[in-house]
Amino acid sequence: MIDTTTSDCGCPEGDGVLTLDGSVPVVEITNLWTMFGRTVIHQNLNLKIEQGEIMSIVGGSGSGKTTLLRQMLGLEQPSRGCVRIFGEDISQVDSDALQQLRNHWGMLFQQGALYSALTVFENIAQPMCELKKLPPELIRDAVLLKMNMVGLGPEHANKMPSDLSGGMVKRVALARALALEPQLLFLDEPTAGLDPDRSESFVALIKSLHRELGLTVVMVTHDLDTLFALSTRIAVLAEKHVVALGTTQELLKVEHPFVKEFFLGDRGRRALEALGIPNDSKEQT
Amino acid sequence: MPIAQEPTLTFNSGAAAGPSVTAVGTWQVHALAQGEAMKAISAKLKSLKGKSDLAWDLSEVDSMDHIGAQLFWNAWGKKRPKSLTLSPRLEEFFRRLEQVGPLAMQPQRKQRLNSVMMLGFGVMTFFEHLQGFITLLGQVTLDGVRFLRKPMRGPWREISANIFHAGFQALGITALVGFLIGVVLSYLSAQQLRAFGGDVFLVNLLGMSVIRELGPLLAAILVAGRSGSAITAQLGVMRVTEELDAMLVMGISHGFRLVLPKVVALAISMPLLVIWTDTMALIGGMASALVELNLSPQYFLLKLPDAVPLANYMIGLLKGAVFGVLIALLSCHFGLRIKPNTESLGRGTTTSVVTAITVVILADAVFAIVFSGVGFR
Repeated sequence: MIDTTTSDCGCPEGDGVLTLDGSVPVVEITNLWTMFGRTVIHQNLNLKIEQGEIMSIVGGSGSGKTTLLRQMLGLEQPSRGCVRIFGEDISQVDSDALQQLRNHWGMLFQQGALYSALTVFENIAQPMCELKKLPPELIRDAVLLKMNMVGLGPEHANKMPSDLSGGMVKRVALARALALEPQLLFLDEPTAGLDPDRSESFVALIKSLHRELGLTVVMVTHDLDTLFALSTRIAVLAEKHVVALGTTQELLKVEHPFVKEFFLGDRGRRALEALGIPNDSKEQT
Repeated sequence: MPIAQEPTLTFNSGAAAGPSVTAVGTWQVHALAQGEAMKAISAKLKSLKGKSDLAWDLSEVDSMDHIGAQLFWNAWGKKRPKSLTLSPRLEEFFRRLEQVGPLAMQPQRKQRLNSVMMLGFGVMTFFEHLQGFITLLGQVTLDGVRFLRKPMRGPWREISANIFHAGFQALGITALVGFLIGVVLSYLSAQQLRAFGGDVFLVNLLGMSVIRELGPLLAAILVAGRSGSAITAQLGVMRVTEELDAMLVMGISHGFRLVLPKVVALAISMPLLVIWTDTMALIGGMASALVELNLSPQYFLLKLPDAVPLANYMIGLLKGAVFGVLIALLSCHFGLRIKPNTESLGRGTTTSVVTAITVVILADAVFAIVFSGVGFR
């Protein structure tokens, strides 16, 4: 039986104010435990994500990647431990600060999660309208600019989500996630369900936005091409915690069986070759 | 909670190189949305609108985002002002805005309908629904024939599940509503009957109205609200999640596996619910009669067969079965027409329940006319 009585995770008290200047890690997960009933998903998991990084979280099915992402967004509560975003513990922060926090992050859901009753334009305008302060002309221009940034022309503005292709849904969802110019962007399987061509251009899009807006990106993905092309660091979830953390190069040297299998299996090798990343660990056993 | 410096604009008319505007602070959407900042800036920009040869100094701006940049850009009439002082960090925002150029949204085509066209649309929609409904009815009939030919291969499991959900699980609510209506009806009738000294006719009044009319109608309305909405929503969600398409791809007919079991289940469980509701309403009526008129339940039960001929009971059961079939067909009809979005789901469910209840009452009127000479003595 696992001892779950201690609750103090030993992390510093927040001051109720978001720290946006990068002096603290953007995301800091300390001694996090997740349990569904008696099944332990995460056990003493620690992870720090610094400003400006593109952090990818990988792991096998059921290793709790998406759960971890949902915990960072405050959609689920960890059983123990804490998740701090911009230096604030999201389970303790008061509602005003939480709202502020929510205006500073954007989330791209796997299926897009567009509001099906609203047009593309209204979907992207939603977060801006919600502030109740911006004049309508400014919102209109800003939405069209956002659509332009993700490669959607103004002719799509009046379409309904049900009329869009999968790739376009992702683009609209990304534009919506970026509507309030967040510092922190969460991506759940950003390229799942896109054809290779689309997914490549989507990767290029996120890369250029990252460069342009100075975003911190947290991404959960299965797609090795996307993973290697985008991430500045990769966290590998296995055995209920982060078993390896580092750049692609560093992870290739890790001796953990899961990591080896994941990156140096046939699939991984192919993806690495395609990207021209030198693979200096032993070729073919 | 100050996380940003308030964005402000200062107009300086007396500078050496002509009038100038200086912007300071954080020109990011969060700062703009804080407090009254946006209002002040809008007012300022409005007052500057006519002046074209202003010198803009943005070098004091400590950070900016695309929305802040757009705000300036719009104030400048979507082009660079002649004189602009800018730190290189901000250059990129304006370069992008310049690159993108004017973005115009196509005006949404508004449908202008006058009342005649609306009427036309309404009638067309009605006939469209009618056609769809008749098609569904035909499909169900064919499926029913297929079922009767090979009963062993029928959707027994679905039928039994539907009987459980639509019938058994509705026992509680129909009992409660039936009992209360019985109490109220008996109480009110007793008051009136006592005024004429016709206390004993309470049994006739109550028995006739409950068994012939109210029992079936009450059960049908409750089932339409409970199961009708559930069926429509279930089919609608199956459309949204593409389960309906998956069934077609596997060669499983919607009519045979989804519609037929619901129709059969409601055709079986509705008459049973009618019996149940009748019983409960009569028990309620008896209880009220005992209290109000001191009419003993024994007398009530003895008198009932004389007061209400058996034909009425049969008509009630028949009504129940017909109402059940109608409710199932209508909710399936609307459920299968739902489009894969949330709004359509909500609207479809509402329409389905409203239509089902209306149609049940219409059918009840038809029954009243058709059987106008039956069951009275």
